Amino acid sequence: MTAPVLPLWLNTNRRLDRWVRFDEDGRATILTGRVEYGQGAITALAQIAAEELDLDLEQVRIIGGDTELTPDEGHTSGSRSMDEGGTALRTACAEARAVLLAEAARRLDLPVERLQVEQGRIGGADRTREISYWDLPHRELLAREATGLVQPKPANRYTVVGRSAPRRDIPGKVAGRPTFVADLVQPGMLHGRVVRPPSEGARLLSFDEAAIRALPGVVAVVRDGDFLGVVAEREEQAVRARRAAIAAAHWQEPGLPVDADGIHAFLEAAQTTDTVIVERRDEAARARGVTRLQAQYGKPYIAHASIGPSSALARWDANPDRVEIWTHSQGVYPLVREIAQILGLPTASVVAHHVDGPGCYGHNGADDAAFDAVLLARAVPGRPVMLQWMRDDEFAWEPLGPAMRVKTAASLDADGRIVDWQLDLWSNGHSQRSGMVKTDYPNATLLAAWHLAQPVARMPQGDPLMAGGGGMARNGEVLYDLPNQKVVAHRVEELPLRVSTLRALGAYANVFAAESFMDELAQAAGEDPVAFRLKHLSDPRARAVIERAADASGWVPNAPSDGIRGRGIGFARYKNGYGYMAVVAQVTLEPDFRVTRVVAAIDVGLAINPDGIINQTEGGIIQSLSWTLCEAVRFDRERILSRDWETYPILTFAGVPEVEVHLINRPEEPPLGGGENPTGPTAAAVGNALAHALGVRVRDLPLTRERIVAAMG
Amino acid sequence: MSDNPSTRFHVNGAEQTVSAEPDTPLLYILRNDLGLKGAKFGCGLGQCGACTVLLDGHAVNACDTPLWAVEGKSVTTIEGLSAEGALDGLQQAFVDEQAVQCGYCIPGMIMSATALLRREPQATGEQVRAALERNLCRCGTHARILRAIERAIHEGAGRTA
Repeated sequence: MTAPVLPLWLNTNRRLDRWVRFDEDGRATILTGRVEYGQGAITALAQIAAEELDLDLEQVRIIGGDTELTPDEGHTSGSRSMDEGGTALRTACAEARAVLLAEAARRLDLPVERLQVEQGRIGGADRTREISYWDLPHRELLAREATGLVQPKPANRYTVVGRSAPRRDIPGKVAGRPTFVADLVQPGMLHGRVVRPPSEGARLLSFDEAAIRALPGVVAVVRDGDFLGVVAEREEQAVRARRAAIAAAHWQEPGLPVDADGIHAFLEAAQTTDTVIVERRDEAARARGVTRLQAQYGKPYIAHASIGPSSALARWDANPDRVEIWTHSQGVYPLVREIAQILGLPTASVVAHHVDGPGCYGHNGADDAAFDAVLLARAVPGRPVMLQWMRDDEFAWEPLGPAMRVKTAASLDADGRIVDWQLDLWSNGHSQRSGMVKTDYPNATLLAAWHLAQPVARMPQGDPLMAGGGGMARNGEVLYDLPNQKVVAHRVEELPLRVSTLRALGAYANVFAAESFMDELAQAAGEDPVAFRLKHLSDPRARAVIERAADASGWVPNAPSDGIRGRGIGFARYKNGYGYMAVVAQVTLEPDFRVTRVVAAIDVGLAINPDGIINQTEGGIIQSLSWTLCEAVRFDRERILSRDWETYPILTFAGVPEVEVHLINRPEEPPLGGGENPTGPTAAAVGNALAHALGVRVRDLPLTRERIVAAMG
Repeated sequence: MSDNPSTRFHVNGAEQTVSAEPDTPLLYILRNDLGLKGAKFGCGLGQCGACTVLLDGHAVNACDTPLWAVEGKSVTTIEGLSAEGALDGLQQAFVDEQAVQCGYCIPGMIMSATALLRREPQATGEQVRAALERNLCRCGTHARILRAIERAIHEGAGRTA
């Protein structure tokens, strides 16, 4: 018999007391490497722990992402918190319970199979004798490694998991209580701001440091190569000093290789590394093709555009050097490893605590701000420095979601069946996360590291492996039953703008393209878009979400448009292995183009916190509407021009439609993440609805008024 | 620093006197001098509404309201809505509808809605959308925010606000 395989993160963090501890007050503290950023992961993980330990949810405290306390689970990303993080935690808690029960059985002199646990109290069925977790020597008992030999509770016995639990952080947030990194206060705290170059690669030619140092309240001006920052007693003094420093600094800018209008031609013409993602061949089927269609789609650079600019608090203590950071990073362990490496400190001398931040939706400025705060704090040892980026720091310097070009081609046979399908995509890699790409020289992803007088080389562009769902080619393959399918990813070597992970990565553009093209094929086949999809889809869970979304939206097969209103559908199974989702969008062209209603159906297997899943799905739909209708980062051959909410408009209440989400709960199936499913299907549904209303198709995102007018030609 | 004039105004019913440069944005005074962290820095440009507070009952952006402009006036922040410790009707409706994702924009949303409901306790959906048009949310919580405000109106939160 082979040894059981431990879940990924339990295998790398085996001690049970690294995951669960019992406190003196009759509660338990759960430690997770996952962090909360508004997606509700922490509440759902608390549910999982309460379930396995037979505790009430109120008895569970939970701490996420702390290099002094919690397990290292890498980054909280990719909709993997329930799947990977939940599985590790579930297994650890089940084993902790079993260890404690074995000891309880010995003390109660009862067979362990007869024991029941309620709110942490352990006893036989008659409850004549009881002992609790807290009566046992839990510290000693849990100071052991997991074996993986204990089976977690079967789903049909769940009482906490699968029921909507109110998010634990909401009451404090609506009361306006200090919650976020930027709300922290420490004695003697100073305020910092950074002074970024006007564009990437710009070099600082001259700077009147003395003039800035003389401004009221300024405690330090930090210049290290092309990195500039100010530290002041009061926040408004730091902001004023930053403003003055911007005026006092002269830079030489290298320029950009392309502007926003030329980006898609640039991607196609660029030198690329090509990878065949999938190739399924059936020459006999291909030969039946009678109608061939092709199309090309475009997606611009999109910003995470968090509503709060990134912030961090850091305190540097000298002799020996040690730095402590409070950050809204998605991965405190990778962050401290990289900072330690850049500064030449032992990893143990860099400590990071996760504190809530504004929503991030991927790799934004959070980590960069943490390192900026460290560099500023180093200049004023012993005094904490609160750093917050200004709005334009975030827009101009956060790693963006990459621009993409997607081309599709397919053939239909005489029966209107797809017999051949090819999708080609052009993009930069979608991840610049710390540690993503190994090199034989030290590399860094943190912005300021590239600007120091002794710079650390920038990490080469990276892309998640297909085994983990892929990055640029994520959902490039379609789930439909096709005899021939080929997907080729063309990775563009030159990197015009800094990019990294943004919610769903390549899946947003790939699903928009593939699902738009499905409608184009349905139209060529003279078939209804829903029926056409079902005809090519045998997976019952996939069919179920499409049917549910169509029914709930009142889909009328083959309904013609009145020239003003339209409806469209979009479908995908995220990463082709995660959540299923179908979206129906309804649009109107009068008085202006707007989305009036969105109806979605999702299946994420076991829904741990059903309302949490629905909340994430509604949010993902509306965020995707914003990307699809409004968003594109503007840049010219000099620099990024989107620097505030006027130059990077997003959807406002005026454009928000009625949103209705139907959850198909499957308690017998493993739980899958919810956060990223909606982006592609929503975009495609809107594009298809617009094409239905208009009679012509807009294939470049965003679907702006100018593009619609141009398409109507 | 001692050269700075004093500014007197009311915050959540209590008189406050602060000394700072007169053009200091009210937001920094509230957050750093008075320890009221509910209003957030979002853009510093009056574009996003994350810092919305009430100034003599009107919703304003604290990030571009200079200190000198509040002399003798009355400011209400999100902390002032639950001064007795209990959430007010509108805040409770946000909890009941779980109308929060990251929560960074939420205090501003609640303050803009409070200003509206004090004026129009029976505000229509259209009036609600118009009142929130300059409050941005990036998580896409809009649909829930609208439902929460609708619930508060239905439950009469505006009458007691």
